[in-house]
Amino acid sequence: MHRRHHSSHDVVLETKGLTKIFGGLTAVNEVDLKVHKHEILSLIGPNGAGKTTVFNVVSGIYKPEAGKVIFNGKDITGRKPHRIVASGIARTFQNIRLFPDMTCLENVMAGQHCRGTAGLFPSIFKTPAQRREERRIRETAERRLGQVNLGRVRDELARNIAYGSQRMLEIARALASNPDLLVLDEPSSGLNPRETEDLMVFLKALIEEDDVTILLIEHDMNVVMGISDWVVVLDGGRKIAEGLPEDIYSNDQVIEAYLGKDDEEEEAHGAAAEH
Amino acid sequence: MQVILEQIINGLTIGSFYALIALGYTMVYGVLKLINFAHGDFFTFGSYLGYTVLVFAAAFLTIHFGLWGAILVAVIAAAISIALIGVVVERLAYRPVYRAGRLPVVVSALGTSIFLQNAIMMIWGPRFQAYPSELIPNAKLMLGGIQVSLLQVIILVMSFLLMGTLYFIVQKTTFGAAIRATAHDRSTASLMGININKVIFFVFTLGPALGALTGVMVGMYYRQISFTMGWNYGLKAFTASVLGGIGNIPGAMVGGLILGVLEMLGAAYISAAWKDVFVFIILILVLIFRPTGILGEKVAEKV
Amino acid sequence: MEQALSPEKKSFLKSQPLVVSVFVAAFIVYPFLVSDYFIDIAFFFGIYALLGLSLNIVLGEVGLFDLGHAGFYAIGAYTTAILNTKFGIPILVLIPISALAAALFAYIVFSPVIHLQGDYLLIVTLGMGEIIRQALINNPFDLTGGPNGVFGIDFPKIGEYFVCDSSIEYYFLIWAIVGLSIVGLKSLQNSRIGRAWNYIREDEVAANANGIDSRSYKLLAFVLGAGLAGIAGNVYACKLMVVSPESFTFWESCLMFCIVLIGGMGSIPGVLIGAAFISLFPEIFRPFAMYRMLIFGSAMILMMMFRPGGAWPRKRGAVAFRSLLEGTGRTDA
Repeated sequence: MHRRHHSSHDVVLETKGLTKIFGGLTAVNEVDLKVHKHEILSLIGPNGAGKTTVFNVVSGIYKPEAGKVIFNGKDITGRKPHRIVASGIARTFQNIRLFPDMTCLENVMAGQHCRGTAGLFPSIFKTPAQRREERRIRETAERRLGQVNLGRVRDELARNIAYGSQRMLEIARALASNPDLLVLDEPSSGLNPRETEDLMVFLKALIEEDDVTILLIEHDMNVVMGISDWVVVLDGGRKIAEGLPEDIYSNDQVIEAYLGKDDEEEEAHGAAAEH
Repeated sequence: MQVILEQIINGLTIGSFYALIALGYTMVYGVLKLINFAHGDFFTFGSYLGYTVLVFAAAFLTIHFGLWGAILVAVIAAAISIALIGVVVERLAYRPVYRAGRLPVVVSALGTSIFLQNAIMMIWGPRFQAYPSELIPNAKLMLGGIQVSLLQVIILVMSFLLMGTLYFIVQKTTFGAAIRATAHDRSTASLMGININKVIFFVFTLGPALGALTGVMVGMYYRQISFTMGWNYGLKAFTASVLGGIGNIPGAMVGGLILGVLEMLGAAYISAAWKDVFVFIILILVLIFRPTGILGEKVAEKV
Repeated sequence: MEQALSPEKKSFLKSQPLVVSVFVAAFIVYPFLVSDYFIDIAFFFGIYALLGLSLNIVLGEVGLFDLGHAGFYAIGAYTTAILNTKFGIPILVLIPISALAAALFAYIVFSPVIHLQGDYLLIVTLGMGEIIRQALINNPFDLTGGPNGVFGIDFPKIGEYFVCDSSIEYYFLIWAIVGLSIVGLKSLQNSRIGRAWNYIREDEVAANANGIDSRSYKLLAFVLGAGLAGIAGNVYACKLMVVSPESFTFWESCLMFCIVLIGGMGSIPGVLIGAAFISLFPEIFRPFAMYRMLIFGSAMILMMMFRPGGAWPRKRGAVAFRSLLEGTGRTDA
């Protein structure tokens, strides 16, 4: 496990005072986040803490009411999702969003869309440049598909492959855009222990071999403890703690956030307050 | 001023027609996410049935029930018959297709519409038919300085009564809650113990019945009916339901009334020939600023 | 890594050369064997095929509900009619101009509304179709000839010798255009743009999250679809020599919608089958007089019950390959 780099030059993604309000609900409240190059940062917290909302703001699906998102030094706050992908952030979804009636290969090729430029006329008339680009798109997609060990199902429809494979397919699709930052929303959700183990090995290998940084939301503490370099905890939209995994694990506030206050403690507090 | 008010009354009358037909579209859409293109033909069918009852049983009915009774019998006969047809159509043409997704059902609805329209033409012939004028009240009233016809008053009163009742049922009763729940999320509603088939039955009897009833009213108001009027009224009514927010019952009522008034005012003050264009442009503008219709809720997708 | 061609590319065309040749031969020989009446039927089959292909881009590939497509058809037809009769511009020159007029119209009108959700976009397309039809009837600036339309449209010709004025010539003209369109559209299907359209249809949020600007691609689909429909309008106009608003009703839009759905969304061979069904069915059942429309309506319902995916659904990847193998009886691994 890497110790955290604290050089500010290495900051890939930063959120400053990020706030997102839905009607009466403040889902994300002044959240500051710093993700450093080549690290794996886990965002954890009880359900409803605002983690996916942070992801949705970072990836451009929502516009924040306040605060900024800075990626590789550039302010990307409020940019449209497809522009953010081109900038180098790729994500997966909590409830897997594949293209069900298209083949696995076609799904992964989607990631390469923003890396291509072929317009209407080159596409219709199949110019040499367009053919080269298509070949490159296909090859990149096949490589990424192979990287997640799904080469054998390349021509199967995405809806027909196993759940665990679908999760990996979505990651392959995200990787196909050759992102700087990979944003994964509960990648181990629904996976059995062996698949989870494989995922952890895969993600750690990814950091070593590919030039990526990983930001992930996780509920599985094994994954969080096993691969994170840094952990940030949200509760009720606010950041309540951050630090090394082992420190967070034993942090009282974090435990309280997940499990609630101890009943006796609460009575004692209440009694003390009355005096 | 008086003229404008009269135009507004005219608009509200037509608007009531649109509203009542729109209710049929919106209820079916809400529960099944289906745009029932055959609905306009339920309306037409009802109109023709009412015509037949009035023409052939006029003497008999007026003797036993009086003029108003005869009209009432025609209305009830039409409503019940069309409600039956509605249920049959749902069972035969739509239910087997639900599992295939939304679009195949739309095609099935179009096929049903073709079938019904041509059935009507075959039964009653391709020419216009006219409601017997001796059975239609002709009286004019003066209300607060404006001239309205008795028929208009009756139509408006009936329509508002019906809409009010439906609103009450949907918003205030348990069954109404069941309907709204089904419209929101069919699978969860059925898991919660709601009898979806009962909701569908309700929607496919009341909707067509309202359509048929409106058909009789339109027959009486305009006298002339044709087998293609379903297209025209259907389109307008469907537009009205979208204007109000599709799937939203109060929305269909509001949408219909607004559409009727806009159409009348447009015809009177802009141009009769361009009134439809005027109405559609208003619709498009509304949608640009309120993408889910006037009363429609923005259904936020959980990402 | 190009060794194995994507199975999708081993299309029906290449795997069944004999069947295809027979079809092509029959197609070429057909008009010489039958009377003008039957050639004209095949002509209108071609028009519906072109219209179906144009709507297929919007509805089949991207999955956008469009029930006003007849409006673009009308704009193409009337552009040709008006510019030809009032300004004497030759028909062939008007083919691209009509396409452009329809495409430009689509671009201007649909830009502000392209973001609307499915059913709301549907009503806008419906409304636009009606607005166009109404405008044509009302004869603004005395351009459109009102309910009677515009007549006296010329033939397509190059100089004075190559004049297209017989049924056979129109038959080959429309089917040449359809053929070219099919080639172009197939090419698009297997390109970045075609895939982007399909991604949007499958899951628009996910598509955007993968770098696809869904708004632009949806608009592109409308613009292309409109252009192609405009070309159909041009050929229709000069074949009939008259255009009037009755040919461009909501009903026509519904027919086009059915062509795409009955044939199979996003499937080019499917669209051809759908067009055949829509244009030939009423002809075949003509002897049944009034009953034929009842049969037609019932047939649509039955089709959706038993083959909701369409007569020839779009097949992708492994599915295509397997069914191809099953079809030919071969058992290559």
